[in-house]
Amino acid sequence: MRHLILATGLIATATAAAAQDRPVLTVYTYDSFVSDWGPGPAVEKAFEAECACDLQFVGAGDGAALLSRLRLEGDRTEADIVLGLDTNLTAAARETGLFAPHGITAEFDMPVDWADDTFLPFDWGYFAFITGKDTDAPGDFRALGDSDLSIVIQDPRSSTPGLGLVMWVKSAYGDQAGAIWDGLADNIVTVTPGWSEAYGLFLEGEADMVLSYTTSPAYHLIAEDDAGKMAVQMDEGHYMQVEVAGKLAGSDQPELADQFLAFMLTDAFQSVIPTTNWMYPAKTPADGLPEGFETLIAPDKALLFDPEQARALRDAAIAEWQAALAR
Amino acid sequence: MRRLPNGKRRWRARVTRHAPLPAWPGLLAGLFLCALILGPLAAVTWRAGGGGWPVAADWAALRFTVLQAVLSALISVALAVPVARALARRRFPGRGPLITLLGAPFILPVIVAVLGLLAVFGRGGVLNDLLLWLGLPRVQIYGLHGVVLAHVFFNLPLATRMILQGWQAIPAERFRLAASLGMSPGTVLRVLEWPMLRGVLPGAALIIFALCLSSFAVALTLGGGPRATTLELAIYQAFHFDFDLGRAAVLAVMQLALVVAAAAPALRWGAATGFGAGLDRVQRRWEAETPLLRAQDAALIALVALFLLTPLAAVVWRGLAGVADMPAQVWRAAAVSLGVSLAATVLCLALALALAVLALRRPWIEALGLMGIAVSPLVIGTGLFLIVNPWADPARLALAVTALVNAVMALPFALRMILPRLREVEDSHGRLATSLGMTGAARLRWLILPRLRPVLGFSAGLTAALAMGDLGVIALFADMENATLPLQILRLMGAYRMEQAAGAGLLLLILSLALFWAFDRGGRDNAAV
Amino acid sequence: MLRFEDVQITQGDFTLRADLSVDPGARVAVIGPSGAGKSTLLNAVAGFLDIAAGRISWDGGDITATPPAARPVAMLFQDNNLFPHLTVAQNIGLGLRPDLRLSTDQRVLVDGALDRVGLGALGDRRPGQLSGGQQGRAALARVLIQRKPIVLLDEPFAALGPALKTEMLDLVAELASETGATLLMVSHDPADARRICPQTILVDEGRAAPPTDTAHLLDNPPPGLRAYLGN
Repeated sequence: MRHLILATGLIATATAAAAQDRPVLTVYTYDSFVSDWGPGPAVEKAFEAECACDLQFVGAGDGAALLSRLRLEGDRTEADIVLGLDTNLTAAARETGLFAPHGITAEFDMPVDWADDTFLPFDWGYFAFITGKDTDAPGDFRALGDSDLSIVIQDPRSSTPGLGLVMWVKSAYGDQAGAIWDGLADNIVTVTPGWSEAYGLFLEGEADMVLSYTTSPAYHLIAEDDAGKMAVQMDEGHYMQVEVAGKLAGSDQPELADQFLAFMLTDAFQSVIPTTNWMYPAKTPADGLPEGFETLIAPDKALLFDPEQARALRDAAIAEWQAALAR
Repeated sequence: MRRLPNGKRRWRARVTRHAPLPAWPGLLAGLFLCALILGPLAAVTWRAGGGGWPVAADWAALRFTVLQAVLSALISVALAVPVARALARRRFPGRGPLITLLGAPFILPVIVAVLGLLAVFGRGGVLNDLLLWLGLPRVQIYGLHGVVLAHVFFNLPLATRMILQGWQAIPAERFRLAASLGMSPGTVLRVLEWPMLRGVLPGAALIIFALCLSSFAVALTLGGGPRATTLELAIYQAFHFDFDLGRAAVLAVMQLALVVAAAAPALRWGAATGFGAGLDRVQRRWEAETPLLRAQDAALIALVALFLLTPLAAVVWRGLAGVADMPAQVWRAAAVSLGVSLAATVLCLALALALAVLALRRPWIEALGLMGIAVSPLVIGTGLFLIVNPWADPARLALAVTALVNAVMALPFALRMILPRLREVEDSHGRLATSLGMTGAARLRWLILPRLRPVLGFSAGLTAALAMGDLGVIALFADMENATLPLQILRLMGAYRMEQAAGAGLLLLILSLALFWAFDRGGRDNAAV
Repeated sequence: MLRFEDVQITQGDFTLRADLSVDPGARVAVIGPSGAGKSTLLNAVAGFLDIAAGRISWDGGDITATPPAARPVAMLFQDNNLFPHLTVAQNIGLGLRPDLRLSTDQRVLVDGALDRVGLGALGDRRPGQLSGGQQGRAALARVLIQRKPIVLLDEPFAALGPALKTEMLDLVAELASETGATLLMVSHDPADARRICPQTILVDEGRAAPPTDTAHLLDNPPPGLRAYLGN
């Protein structure tokens, strides 16, 4: 009962705060960004300390759902900033014509060059298979397909990492991608709708490996003091995910939006990312990465299609995946 | 004119002119329901500028969806018959709590339940450990059989409960007569039980079929790959991947068409045999009092309890570790969920009562209630978003919409429970009430509500528990402040906090069961005989 | 006066005709073979079924289309004459106000009716806690309090033993005389009719005959009735 009263109080406070007379900057993002364990709360606090504004995050499922929501709303959208698309989505996002150029030039600490005048990266990561420290894991997709290791992955039609893996295989093997999937088919225990289910299954021992990010072991090391997980380094290189934000052309707070985008690349924002989003910050903070990140693997080669390529290849790549796994 | 056994004509058929209860609340509820389901569909279609044609993969998804839903419904119902019979004719210590607990799988959030199932049937699960120890080969859960297994796990308790009530509606005198005539168990089955089952089974199967039509996460996760693509995944894909709203709307219409196609024959075959009277009456069954049948029933009940309770035990076990350091946000979310759940319960009962009154005269009304569980929550959520968005901030309405959608989702169950009982009450007491001028509110207050109390309690418990555990549309709208408990569980998992998520899952299980128990109990306590 | 004018009641392939009148304050038995339509006749008076032709009137006023509760009729059925979830006093109170918002005066009336049927101390009980005879008394108390000029009994006491049934019938007769109500009573037992009903309506072969003297009818039964009576 105490909690109920407490909760009612909290909700009331939140509503009251929103009603105050400060300019409101609305940022659409994916749900896990705004969750209490994501970067949202810390970012909100830090930005509101310097902007004299009310930063409001609106969560909408995952990156793909975020873009759908924006398309549903069109130019009536309340959003000033959309944060959390990735390079698989930016081509379609740009095409909506809803975004304005960010006008920021910055150096990024990413393994790829970035020159996009509309979308600004805020973090990035490499996809990787995560497994136990003592697993004897093969170092390329062919060997993995020949092995007896079981893998759980996500569905590329409903999940960002799932799509990332399909693009990974495509970028590494091109026309041979179908054959690689044929080899992997019997290793793949199951395909889950999203990252959480797959990772949960892996931790429950349902598979030897799970598709996630090279940064995943850092969570177990830093938050749980468990050094037992590792990412498997692949000879083909690792496909990247670059997460970006963009400013809406129809924003009624264009200056605040610019201010937020600039803030996004400062240490106050970037230093929150590693241990909340468990990704690499787009600009390494002055203090460097948190202790524990130095134990992570560093892929020899970063793979990434540019947005137009990604869009052009997507459907065929998924069809190859589906054909191999449906058998 | 149908004749009752005592030679009296049924009087009910004759009463036409002076309806003691008004039809308008039912009409209003029906319109509301149609608006709530067809409105969003129309909004999505309108926004798309017309329907889209399904792609080849969607037809495969349709086939798989129907296949798994039919199998899940048939197997759940087929297994539920002997279980319900065993429960109907045996009394043993712990029978009541067992029946309550058996309802638990149904109310768990999908992912919590799936992890519980995997702890038993998965690669590293208890079953495989046992097989290994016995020197037998492992079993693989992933595939169509895994999907069906999970759906049976979810729905067997529901089917059992519905069929059990059918059994209890058979008057005890009939079994006494059967005993005095020396009928064998087989004859009792043919003469007494089969006619009841023929009335109850189609409706039970229909509800489970409709539920399984919109399965998404279970089917994909346990289906083992893209073979197990359901319509709901195809809809997700159409929405978020291809942004093909027209196709999404057409796929949702296909779900609706499937339910209507299944409902027509099921409601026709399923006679209006009441589930009826007391919920916890054990009939003395002389013909079944042989050691063999006793052993058979005991074994059945034990097996089903094992099947349903072991994964639950795993949920509890996994949750215990995390429950200790659950973050404060989980408690806040629990309070939010509780509020949503109670609002959904009130709304659902009001809708169900209004529709049930109307359905006394127009049985097809019951099919309306099924639409809510069959149509994609994604389409309803998106459509509502489209409708609400020009007027208000959807995030502010997130909780209201969640309560609304949950009320509608629980409606078919509430209707299935309430309608036959209402019919019975009107049959036995309606004429007296009418002759005394008890109409409208007076009839509701002094006749209907007190007589329906047990089924209302059960329906309220089911709705409340269901609404506690449903992730539903909240994920489409929610902001930081008003996350529900299931959403918070998902967020914990998304932030690697699997242990805390398991703890929150346990909390959810406890809260849902407590709600269910309290309502169900409240309905039965002091209930007039 | 209760009048049936060329009344025709149709249910499926069964038709019952009645063209008769019952004097005010009369006590009339309705007898006839099983399935002949005795209950049908009473249900038509009570308004539970529509008649196909003709009209039913009370004191010259047409009640053919009047809703059941607005008719000058109180009725007891074969069973379920009390709501099991309400107390005896509540059950009786319903005869005054269907929403049970009883005034103090009305409560006094309920207590009076309870006393009158000998249930003075049992008002707070539920019907399930009463004996069969007490349940019958409670139902009669409600009929008493309803003060309707016509009372219809559709064999409400058929399940009681002979002594108890006689007691109930005597109470019915007393109450009817006290209130001056017109009584129509379906019965299977000629002794019941002889005991409290000077007149009898014979229902047979699709027709309800006008009331005739009970003793005369039973002593000289027409063939159909004779077969039914079994002597």
